[in-house]
Amino acid sequence: MMDQLYQEIILDHYKHPHGRGLRSPFGGEAHHVNPTCGDEITIRVTTDLSDISYDGMGCSISQASASVLHDQLTGLDPAAAFRVHEAFVELMQGRGQVEPDEDVLGDAVAFAGVARYPARVKCALLPWMAFKDAAVRAGVGVSPEVTA
Amino acid sequence: MSSFDVARVRADFPILGREINGHPLVYLDSANTSQKPVQVLDVMRAHAEQHNANVSRSVHTLGTESTAAYEDARAKVATFIGAASPDEVVFTKNSTEALNLVAHSAGEMLGVGPGDEIVISEMEHHSNIVPWQLLCRRTGATLRWFGVTDDGRLDESTLDELVNERTKIVSLVHMSNILGTINDVSRIVARAHQVGALVLLDCSQSVPHLPLSVSALGADFIAFTGHKMVGPTGIGVLWGRGAVLADLPPFLGGGSMIETVTLEHTTFAAPPARFEAGTPPITEAIGLGAAVDYLSAIGMDEIHRHEQEITGYALKTLADLPGVRVFGLGTPEGRGGTVSFDVDGIHPHDVGQILDDLGVQVRVGHHCARPVCARFGVAAMTRASFYLYTTTDEIDALARGIEQVRRVFG
Repeated sequence: MMDQLYQEIILDHYKHPHGRGLRSPFGGEAHHVNPTCGDEITIRVTTDLSDISYDGMGCSISQASASVLHDQLTGLDPAAAFRVHEAFVELMQGRGQVEPDEDVLGDAVAFAGVARYPARVKCALLPWMAFKDAAVRAGVGVSPEVTA
Repeated sequence: MSSFDVARVRADFPILGREINGHPLVYLDSANTSQKPVQVLDVMRAHAEQHNANVSRSVHTLGTESTAAYEDARAKVATFIGAASPDEVVFTKNSTEALNLVAHSAGEMLGVGPGDEIVISEMEHHSNIVPWQLLCRRTGATLRWFGVTDDGRLDESTLDELVNERTKIVSLVHMSNILGTINDVSRIVARAHQVGALVLLDCSQSVPHLPLSVSALGADFIAFTGHKMVGPTGIGVLWGRGAVLADLPPFLGGGSMIETVTLEHTTFAAPPARFEAGTPPITEAIGLGAAVDYLSAIGMDEIHRHEQEITGYALKTLADLPGVRVFGLGTPEGRGGTVSFDVDGIHPHDVGQILDDLGVQVRVGHHCARPVCARFGVAAMTRASFYLYTTTDEIDALARGIEQVRRVFG
């Protein structure tokens, strides 16, 4: 049962995070806190999403999620990045009922098991919500709903 | 010769027969909320089924029965804590409401203002920090606090400077909900009274676990809550010394707390009614009375002795595990059965998740005592807390779980 939550891919990202550390220059920054556990994340994005940097402290789920976000979204054009973002949020809020699309989500499909643990969904979403705020502050693109 | 039989105690708690994720439930979160025995559940059900009516305002039979049961519960609680009279026992929603009540009403009674000081400690639950911050914000008073030593005790080295003639109220935790430290408050109470300050003790973690007498503690108020002492949620207690309560202005206004009301002016009822506006949690108060009966029948001395044994066993077990660091006192002396620890720097959420998979229920996070976590340089802790139904087998299950945590994240 725990294997579904703590997939090897998640533990790998947790132990060896990709792209960690805050970098400059950046277009927007956001700092989010999970008040129930004190987990924190700071995310910086450049306006063209050529770099997404982050730092934080927290559980394996929140920190691995930031590492995966960095891998999946860096370098995408804004519309594509927001599509992945939307798919990830939908997966996390799907109570385990949403079938993840690996073509869209890449490594982020490893978090499918997290959706079955309501107490941990917030952990997985923490960096993604911070990313969204940082992107808005940087003026990155517009959301797909608006462009559609 | 001890008559305490943990197996017999456990048989009173139906939930302890549950399985979690295919494993027997190991409930190590009693400092968060305790489990309830059938004796409490039965009394609450019987009241709802046979005696339910509002209290203090009906002449009919059910109202009379309900009022009698509610007041009987108050008398039981008074006896349990050694109060001089049931009138010193105010029913609240929980400890938090009791603490807020004192922060508001004692703040008003004492005319707290700029230049005055309120003293708390670094060891407090947020519920004994925020109400005082709010009081200081309303009045311009200054909030000060005792620090915590490296071994997890209150640092009293600056007592005489910290508690001084400007101090109006000292509000301290009796037993820490995160470190388990039981504070010997005698010197602080004496100093506070010497300078004319009132003393409030947050006894949420001590009343459920220790034989306790308000006369021996010497404070002016204590606060505690029903759901941590085998009673229901929704019911808490503020005990106040009779002479202090008599002068204390009301907190919430409404029905039941008045003497006479005109549209221009209201006079207030005597304590405890003055502080119980509106329909109280009647069934819950009666359930708390049943909880007090249950604990008293077993004996608080026996319960405390059992928890000391379990705590000693747990501290030794944790000390023998590689990678585990216990925060606070390392032996049972001067502490209760609440033990917080770190496992190899692995985040407590991950520790708690693996333990849950093995049926072990612990609390993880900052435990509503973030300043304590900050004091010990961590964002969060894992906490195991014990009660009269905890066994050494459960401590062994915790230890096996911690070994599994290290295998997954090592």
